[in-house]
Amino acid sequence: MKYLMFVCTDPDHTEADAKAAPDIEEWFAYVSGAGKHVIGDRLRPASAATTVRVRDGELLVTDGPFAEAAEWVVGFDVLECADLDEAIEIASKHSMAYTGRLELRPFWPLDG
Amino acid sequence: MTDGGAAARAALADAVAAERVRIVAALIRVTGDFDLAEDCLQDAVERALEHWPADGVPANPGAWLTTIARRRANDVLRRRQTERAKLREAQALAELERDLTADEPGPYGDDRLKLLFTCCHPALPMAGRVALTLKSVGGLSTRQIARAFLVGEATMGQRLLRTKNKIEHAGIGFRVPEPHRLAERTAAVLAVVYLIFTEGYAATEGEPFRDDLAAEAVQLSGLVAQLLPDDDEALGLHALLLLQHARRAARTDAGGELVTLEDQDRGRWDHDRIEAGLAALSAARATGRAPGYYRLQAEIAALHSTAAHARDTDWARIVAAYDALLALRPSPVVALNRAVAVGFRDGPAAGLAALDDVAGDLGDYPPLTAVRADLLRRSGRPAEAATAYREAAAVARTEPERRFLERRLREVSEP
Repeated sequence: MKYLMFVCTDPDHTEADAKAAPDIEEWFAYVSGAGKHVIGDRLRPASAATTVRVRDGELLVTDGPFAEAAEWVVGFDVLECADLDEAIEIASKHSMAYTGRLELRPFWPLDG
Repeated sequence: MTDGGAAARAALADAVAAERVRIVAALIRVTGDFDLAEDCLQDAVERALEHWPADGVPANPGAWLTTIARRRANDVLRRRQTERAKLREAQALAELERDLTADEPGPYGDDRLKLLFTCCHPALPMAGRVALTLKSVGGLSTRQIARAFLVGEATMGQRLLRTKNKIEHAGIGFRVPEPHRLAERTAAVLAVVYLIFTEGYAATEGEPFRDDLAAEAVQLSGLVAQLLPDDDEALGLHALLLLQHARRAARTDAGGELVTLEDQDRGRWDHDRIEAGLAALSAARATGRAPGYYRLQAEIAALHSTAAHARDTDWARIVAAYDALLALRPSPVVALNRAVAVGFRDGPAAGLAALDDVAGDLGDYPPLTAVRADLLRRSGRPAEAATAYREAAAVARTEPERRFLERRLREVSEP
């Protein structure tokens, strides 16, 4: 199973959570070593986002993300896992699990 | 119906009761398809109804049902093979050639356990976990589950479908969690079983389907305890549900009116069930672990169950158990129950003082006023008790509860 992991901010965490957060380099070494990491990166802040639509044949370009929210997507990773439990395990070791939140979204399989 | 037919039907009912979950769980493991698993078992049951009365009951009815269900799954998958997901189904076909219900080695190899962990996965919505557990592990029909939760059959069907889809789409594996996650995932299974029980136990309006729900939860807790025999909380939950369910018949009188624990006819308690509950509690204690959430509640239930009369109740130990429970998992509802126990241990004035300490956290939780009314009645303050009973009756959550509070109101209003 392939999962897209959205890495989001979340203001709802404590100083102790931040202290307990593991090092992101350690996480990357762990997922890469395990052969579970397909690709991933950091994203610039939501203020740098541009939203694009075409309506009635007209291109509409607007400043900002889809929705204004307290939580922003700040990065993503694509994980290749046996099942959801494995993806949860990997997510739980990410530093942003402690100071933000992670959303796991399964890919539609190509042959599905 | 001939005698042979009756005997065959009885043997079939026994075989289904004993083997259903194991067969369904094995088929789900192999095929990943909840509906296919249930349909195949149903097919095997129908074949048994055709053949057993004439041919006689097979020597091993469970193995017979397994074989027929397995062959049926094989047929269905072969027909489906032209469709998508060929690889998964080819693997399943290969596995369907083998003995399905042989457990994997190791303490957590049982397919029924994997089914429980899958149905109670924390990535599923709670209502879906409850419904799917009742359907797949409990063997209830969609219609029965719908009635138990007072929703339409179509609504419940949708809920089950969404839950099964989430399992498939999110890639929830049919397996036991990693050892370091076992404790929290077991807690999630126990929470589902406990929720099913409280859902059934709270209803008192003479609704037989909800009674079934409590009985089903007792069964489920027995299965979990059997599959996780070293887990003190699984044993604790089984003990708790047995002990509470043992009081079922005495909780209402002949007219269907509520009877408080204090006034219950203890001869109407199910003493076999109490014995079984006490045995499960002993087994939980024997693990040597510090008592957990369910075991502490079972200890409290056991102290009630072993008191010959209400006046013999060991309230000091009950208060101590509530204190331990509050230390473990603070909750205003538990604090309310503790205040009741303090009222019996130290007298109603002390109970009222304990109640004042927790009232602020309970807001307008309806039982709060009912407990206050009772403590005022015991304190010999009938006028204040009457006011409280009147208030409590106005916000009572069920009809029998309201009638009980109005009965008390009349008692304290009469000189």
